[in-house]
Order: sequence, then C-alpha cells, then structure tokens
Amino acid sequence: MSTLIVISILAIVVLYLGLFKAKQALLPISVLGLVAALALAIMEWNSNAAPIFSGMMHFDNFAVAFSSICIITTILVFLLSKNYFEKISDNVAEYYTLILFALSGIIVMVSYHNLSMLFVGLEIMSVSLYILAGIKRKDFASNEAALKYFLMGAFSTGFLLFGIALIYGASKSFDLAVIAQYVIDRPTGIDPIFYVGLVLMIVGLCFKVGAAPFHFWTPDVYEGAPTLITAFMSTVVKIAGFAAFLRLFSICFAPLQDFWMPTLLVITILTLFVGNITALYQTNFKRMLAFSSISHAGYMLFAIVALGAASTNAIFIYAAAYAVSSITAFAVLMLVKAKTGSENFEDFNGLAKSNPFLAFALTVAMLSFAGIPLTAGFIGKFFVFNAALAQYHTWLVAIAVVNAIIGVFYYFKVIVAMYFKDNQTKQIATPAYFNFVLGVSLIITLVLGIYPSFITNLF
Amino acid sequence: MENITSTIQAVPLNHYILLSAIIFTIGVIGVLVRRNAIIIFMSVELMLNAVNLLLAAFSSYSGDASGQVFVFFIMALAAAEVAVGLAIIVMVYRNTSSIDINILNRLKW
Repeated sequence: MSTLIVISILAIVVLYLGLFKAKQALLPISVLGLVAALALAIMEWNSNAAPIFSGMMHFDNFAVAFSSICIITTILVFLLSKNYFEKISDNVAEYYTLILFALSGIIVMVSYHNLSMLFVGLEIMSVSLYILAGIKRKDFASNEAALKYFLMGAFSTGFLLFGIALIYGASKSFDLAVIAQYVIDRPTGIDPIFYVGLVLMIVGLCFKVGAAPFHFWTPDVYEGAPTLITAFMSTVVKIAGFAAFLRLFSICFAPLQDFWMPTLLVITILTLFVGNITALYQTNFKRMLAFSSISHAGYMLFAIVALGAASTNAIFIYAAAYAVSSITAFAVLMLVKAKTGSENFEDFNGLAKSNPFLAFALTVAMLSFAGIPLTAGFIGKFFVFNAALAQYHTWLVAIAVVNAIIGVFYYFKVIVAMYFKDNQTKQIATPAYFNFVLGVSLIITLVLGIYPSFITNLF
Repeated sequence: MENITSTIQAVPLNHYILLSAIIFTIGVIGVLVRRNAIIIFMSVELMLNAVNLLLAAFSSYSGDASGQVFVFFIMALAAAEVAVGLAIIVMVYRNTSSIDINILNRLKW
C-alpha cells in the first residue's frame, strides 16, 4: 500500500523539482523513489493482507507481483530516457511526472478490490497516457496518435462503465467479493443484465489491452507516439491491463466460465491471426513491434481463456519475458533511429559488424519474442500453452503453435538484416545507461530461460 | 431524500434500463458515424451520462448509496478527460486547421 503513496508523492516532488529548475536531479530522484517503492512492495509479499480502505483495495501477492514487474519495467524505461526528453521539449519534469502518475494508476489497477477503483485506476493511467502520446506538439504523427488514443480510450471506457453499471444493477454491489458471492449463490437464475454487463466489460477491457477486433487503434498510436512512450505503453500498460483483466475474471467470473469462454476464445484466435499476419507485411520496425504486441496480447489472453490455478503464474512469466524483450527492442530502435533517422528494417543492416553487442542483445530479444528455447519467451509460451492444455484446449494450442511459427518469420527479418546484410555504417555510440539496460534485460532473458524455477512457483 | 427516492421509483426500473440503453446506443452510433472530433467527443459524453442515469436508478431501487457515489467518480473523471481531450483537439486544430478526423489517416497499414 505504501508503494502507491510513495509513487504519488514522488510524482509531485518531481513536478516541483522541474519548477525549481533542478533538471539534473530529476532522473536520479525518480529512479531512487521507484526503487524505494519497489522495496516497499516486495516487503508486503506473503503478508496475508486484508482489503483496506473499506474494501477498496487489496494488496495481496497478485498485486505485489504485478506492481513489482511494472515498477521494474518503468525503472528500465526511465534509464533509457536520459537525454531523450530534452530533445523533444524544454519542460522535462512533466514527462517524468506523467509517467509516474500513470504508474500510480497502474498500481491501483493491479490491486483493486472494488470496481470503482478499477475505473479510477484505469482513468488515472489513461489520462496521463493521452498527454504522453501527444507530447510532441509540433509533430503531426504524435498529434494523430494522441487524438486517436484519446477518442478510442474514452469510447472503450464508456463500454466498461456500462458493463459495471449493469453488474451493479444485478449484484447490488461494486465489491469483488460480493459479486463473486452473488455468482456462487445462484448456480441458475442469474439476472440476464449481469450477462450483458459481463460482455460489455469484456469489450471494454479488450479495447484497453488491444485485442482484435478492438485493436485498430494500437498500431497507429504506437507508431505515432514518441518511441520511449511506446515502450512504456506496450510493456507496462499492457501488463497492467492484463493484470486487471485476470483479477476481475479469476475473482468474480470464474464460475461463469461456460458463458464467457467461447467469446474470449474467438477474440483470442482473431487476435493471434490478425497480429501475426499483419506483422508479416510491415517494413517499419516500430510498426512491426506494434503488431507483434497485438499477437502477444493474444498469447496472454490464452491464460485467461483457460482460467485456472496456473493462470496467474503463466501470465506473470509471459509478461516478465515480454517486458524485458520489448525494452531491449525499443532501446536498440531508439539508438538506430537517432543514427539513421528512420525505423525501417534496412536501417538495421550491418549492425552486427558495427555494434556486435547491440546486435546480440536484439537477437536474443527477438528469439525470446519468437519463443525459441533457452530464452524467457519460451518459458512464457510453455506455461501459457500448458495452462491451456490442462483444460483440453488442444486445437487452440495447435493454432497458437502455427502462429508462433508465423512469428518466427518476421522476427528473423531483423536478425537477417543485422547479420547477413552489409552496409557501410559507422559504429553507433551507445551511452552507458543503454548498455546497462540492455545488459540487465539480456541477463534476465537468459537466466529466466535457463533457470525458470526462480519465478515459476511464485503463486 | 425519501421524496426523491419515491419519485424515482414511480417509474418502473425496466424503463430506466431501456432509456439508458437507448441513450448509450445513440452515443455509440454517434462515435462511429460522425467525422467531427468535437461531435465524437460529445457522443462519448452521452454514453457516460447514460451510465450515470442507470447507476442512479439502480442505486435508488436497491437502497444502496454506493451507486450514486460512483456517479460522482464518473463525473469528476469525465471532467478530467474533457480537459485533456479538448487540449488535444486544440493542438490538432493548430497544426491542421481542421478537426475532421478524416485527415487523421496518415498512419495507415
């Protein structure tokens, strides 16, 4: 709980630091504050917390695990931000503050115990992100991303709220435990408006996590927003969306699995195919990453379709693997873009000769995305598929494996460009911060891939 | 308060649900059909207000105040969204001299 307070106060402190022109102190203080918040979160592990604030929030192990992964990823994003925001504008403190406010919304989203907190957390996060997506005021692509994200975000919030209202109408409460009890008490004869509300909530949440057929805003927003913000959106925000999704379904709606499972099954399959097949045709690396993030949303939806005891662990491992690989990919993309000015696959030609470490880190990240053994991505896919197989969704796993093979094609495009195509480029100077982040991500990816037992038995 | 509750309950609950559903649908259609960013924005507000009406009706029918409190949350956060959203629309207008969303197609697959 103190995590949320620390992050909120930190955001305000950083805002004041900007007011007093202490630009050099912004990054160290943000990172130190986040490390403190992380330590406070981990200290609450296994403390058997009860719901607090009149049952509004519940900082249980689930919340601790997902807050920690979100905070760690945010720290990595912050480390990449050295000298990045300065290039966009003079008011640097606002970027850090907005990211921190978004993070505080995310902490609320992963630890809610009342539907009103789900809504409040989601909005705190979204409103900060609308601003962040459009933060390059003169850049048309960034404007367009902000407007699209804003209109689609507000639209999807409407669906989510209508769903919440109908569920409230049936169960007469916003509290997750009361709603769960309402469902358990009525094996038959649940009010029909409850079902309508459930479907509307699925629509709203699928919009937020970018699952097909509600994904159409994702590529445009991810491409238009500044790269670092895209890195934040496609990792932390997506993980938070799935944590909120999973929390709602595992606590409240698990007994109704027969009703919502077919709907989610169709959404999952569509998401996998749309994400993977469209990604095949991209020539822009950043846009390819956007479509690949859609397909990864499909894999994570798997664990929700096969909701069970293992789902939390499966999503947690998948999210961890996905986050570190994405951070690596975006870090290398930022360096390459700063050098060549564009984001196409050809810009990666010959990177292995000029910058062997960058090329190696990106290769491992791509292998992890594709799910090749000995990387964290393989373990993530293994657990997600295992959870699905445990519920006899055999043909669903077969479809997913076909999609994983399609994925290999476009992930290997980059690797081929880096290692087998020549280009007379000079070495890209990598700042120490970047090397640190790439090194940490590389180590996490490989260690999780080789010794997965660290986090496979967390829950 | 008693008076208001009994006034609200003079209309059957199903009518509130139907009315909210109709307003919500008008909002959804508005978002999908209209091309002007401000009108789309107004349609979104219409959707949120349909939710507010529904929550208030449910709340007074079940005698539980939390639904009305939720309405306040929605109003406050919708106001925050309006502030940010209008700023974004102004920013787009300054760069393009238009708020028609058809010009927002530079990023396409």
